[in-house]
Amino acid sequence: MAKLDINGKTYDVQAEADTPLLWVIREQVGLTGTKYGCGIAQCGACSVHINGEVRRSCSMRLSDVKATDKIITIEGLSANNSHPVQKAWAAVDVPQCGYCQSGQIMAAAALLAKTPNPSDTDIDNAMTNICRCGTYQRIRTAVHMAADSAKRAGAQVAPVAAVKSQVEEI
Amino acid sequence: MTARIFTKTTNLSRRKFIIGSAAAASGGLALGFNLPFGVKPAEAQSIVDGVPELNAWVLIKPDETVVIRIARSEMGQGTLTGLAQLVAEELECDWKNVTTDTITPGVNLARKRAWGEMGTGGSRGIRTSEDYVRRGGATARLMLLQAAADDWKVPVSELTVSSGVISHAGSNRTVSYGKVAAAASKVPAPDPKSIKLKNPKDWKIAGKPLKRLDTEGKLDGSLVYAIDVKVPGMLHAAIKDCPVFGGKLVSFDEAKISRMPGVRRAVRVNESAVAVVADTWWRAKVALDALPIVWDEGPNATRNSAQIAEQLKEGLTATQQVYAFRNEGDALKAINGAAKKVEAVYSTPYLSHSTMEPMNCTVKLSADKAEAWVPTQNAEASLAALSEQSGLPLNKCEVYRHVLGGGFGRRGGNQDYVRQAVNIAKQFPDVPIKLIWSREEDMQHDFYRPISQCRLSAGLDESGKLVGLHVRVSGQSINALVNPSAIPEGYKDERQLQGYTDKPGDAQLGYTVPNLLIEYAMRNTHVPVGPWRGVNTNQNGVYMECFIEEVARAAGADSLEFRRAMMSKHPKHLAVLNAAAEKGNWGKPLPAGVHRGIAQFMGYGSYSAAVAEVSLAKDGKLKVHRLVLALDCGHAVNPDQIAAQVEGSVAYGLTAAMYGECTVDKGRIVESNFHNHPILRLAEMPKVETVIVPSYDFWGGVGEPTICVVSPAVMNAIHAATGKPVRSLPLKNQKLV
Repeated sequence: MAKLDINGKTYDVQAEADTPLLWVIREQVGLTGTKYGCGIAQCGACSVHINGEVRRSCSMRLSDVKATDKIITIEGLSANNSHPVQKAWAAVDVPQCGYCQSGQIMAAAALLAKTPNPSDTDIDNAMTNICRCGTYQRIRTAVHMAADSAKRAGAQVAPVAAVKSQVEEI
Repeated sequence: MTARIFTKTTNLSRRKFIIGSAAAASGGLALGFNLPFGVKPAEAQSIVDGVPELNAWVLIKPDETVVIRIARSEMGQGTLTGLAQLVAEELECDWKNVTTDTITPGVNLARKRAWGEMGTGGSRGIRTSEDYVRRGGATARLMLLQAAADDWKVPVSELTVSSGVISHAGSNRTVSYGKVAAAASKVPAPDPKSIKLKNPKDWKIAGKPLKRLDTEGKLDGSLVYAIDVKVPGMLHAAIKDCPVFGGKLVSFDEAKISRMPGVRRAVRVNESAVAVVADTWWRAKVALDALPIVWDEGPNATRNSAQIAEQLKEGLTATQQVYAFRNEGDALKAINGAAKKVEAVYSTPYLSHSTMEPMNCTVKLSADKAEAWVPTQNAEASLAALSEQSGLPLNKCEVYRHVLGGGFGRRGGNQDYVRQAVNIAKQFPDVPIKLIWSREEDMQHDFYRPISQCRLSAGLDESGKLVGLHVRVSGQSINALVNPSAIPEGYKDERQLQGYTDKPGDAQLGYTVPNLLIEYAMRNTHVPVGPWRGVNTNQNGVYMECFIEEVARAAGADSLEFRRAMMSKHPKHLAVLNAAAEKGNWGKPLPAGVHRGIAQFMGYGSYSAAVAEVSLAKDGKLKVHRLVLALDCGHAVNPDQIAAQVEGSVAYGLTAAMYGECTVDKGRIVESNFHNHPILRLAEMPKVETVIVPSYDFWGGVGEPTICVVSPAVMNAIHAATGKPVRSLPLKNQKLV
């Protein structure tokens, strides 16, 4: 039994200590917005925030995470798609298939939290997640847009813990 | 000779249940039988939550919500939004009230295929259904108007409609669609064929760069992909197929893993695969990795890439089993007698699709019902696979299709992952089984883009004019594996020469050459192949356009002018090439060290051209700065989504050009995951500019056409930079400087 703090809520999970955090989040906790893409920290589809840092959850073990660590998944990034990154993503119509976008959005939100006004080089270095649909050009545009809108609003780009109820497709 | 693996593809077409036919090509029949049409329409979504539909395409609720039904699959290409725009345009509804609903293949069958074909490949989603979906919208509009006219007792000709509000000027009355929809559902429907559709030049909703309708759930993780499905009581399966294609599963030692956490059983899936079923997928995978398995790798276990290359090389000069597809004039004589000759051999590798969402399928089998939750490009093919594999008739089967986490041709006719899931679920009656492939399984058990080589020779006369061209493609055939009935003579496979045809309309060669010989030498291997975004236009575009570049340079001509001189009989090809050249500043000065390349090609009924700007570092590292792509797809339903597809084709095409290859050793694919099979990332993405050149007189595809000009434009720019042609892909294997 381990305790996890995900999106501001405490979960008791039962899984082997070496289970990847990704699969704990998806299968034990039941939050499926965080995706499996490669399992070897290459693609970033599994990106989450841990204490404000973007991490590839497929390559962290359950035992690597403490009960006090604050984990934020895509479901907890904001209420109602209100994070500046999500708004910019909608304005630019970034997603195509959308499968990698949870990870892309988490990576962009972490970048802006540390670098509110990123250069193209900052974006090149931070946005290393794989997208097979090829939405990279729009991701770059949307990151700049999110930075601008956050500046205008004077808002701090920080994740809000708000867990939405998961829709079960049954 | 190598043993061929046994593959089935499934497709439903024209009231026939077809097994063994092609997916993307919707080819011939292997066996057919009638579908059961026993389900009453009333049970098949003609009334939803008490609201009657107007017709198969449109249902309007009292609160003004307009539900537009979508039969084609959405995998990111934007077809869902485009189809809704076309229906809404003719319906004259308010776009902000539009929502969409997807149709299941079981309902489609029960309604005698009221929604037509569901297959979504070959860039056909819009172009082969635009007519009947627009008529669906128009029919609904006429029924709504008639209902209002009946209520007001005025001639319908006196009514007008705008944004879902019907008006009668004479009596100054108005009524909204939501108020009149229930009565309209009882109005006899006019014959759709009698309706005059709008001139696309008058479109107000279609033709506009509207936002996609399916974005919201992709921003907060709430969209449920098939891999995310939760069915009560579900177990999870991880699978391993014999690493060598055509090999067999001999045995596995279930006892060694049966006490591992969460494990239920290890089961044989078919003659070549084993799966472990557990309470979570991760536990199933851990146990599968620990499971002792004995394979019979069979006769293919010694095959490697070098042998396959030799096999293809033989086809370049062979005299037997060669198909002369186009033979106009006497190309060999013209080349032999030419003032100047140019010759080259090109090659392109196997490529994996690597959709971000790996193959997966959830199946629940009961005594009298089979259900599947699937990411599929062809829901009817999934239904057919479910029925055939489960042994239950079609009317006891249903497929719940989910938005795909990428398709690119992988999830069309080849429903291998559905068949596997059914075979596992058969061994767990009444228990839903979710099968997920690991990335390694996905990359090493794909239906790869076919490998090929191409020998080209050309003759120039004294004035530098191309007088003869000989193209010999040698390589693997998709039809030979998945649709052999399309090539009854065994080797005359036109599809492998996609883009070289003389026939207008689909994939026509844009050049007129007085003496032309185009041949195909089919050389198949044990590696399974299938359609991959753009299919054979990719390889054939590289061969033709990079070689034409070589010939133009040998003639001392400008790359653009040399092409133009051969295109006077192909005005649409030429217009697109000119548009790319103009936007791409062809002939204008460039910064030091930056070089341009140009290419044009045709596929999927649309015309494409590209101008690339590249530079090479001293160490040979390639930087692609900018790509301008021009596209004539006839009518442009959503220009912003067309631009998105063009941008995407650049990323997919550049990944192939720079990094893409699946190599063979010991009969299996060597590359296993993104660490040894790199994918283009954001930092390498060039600036993409899309020029849409709509000629408004045909319906062309969008998802695939432009990819075929990406690689040749970049390769020709490298040629410009170094003075040397690049003749083999991927570029990572080439010494460029």
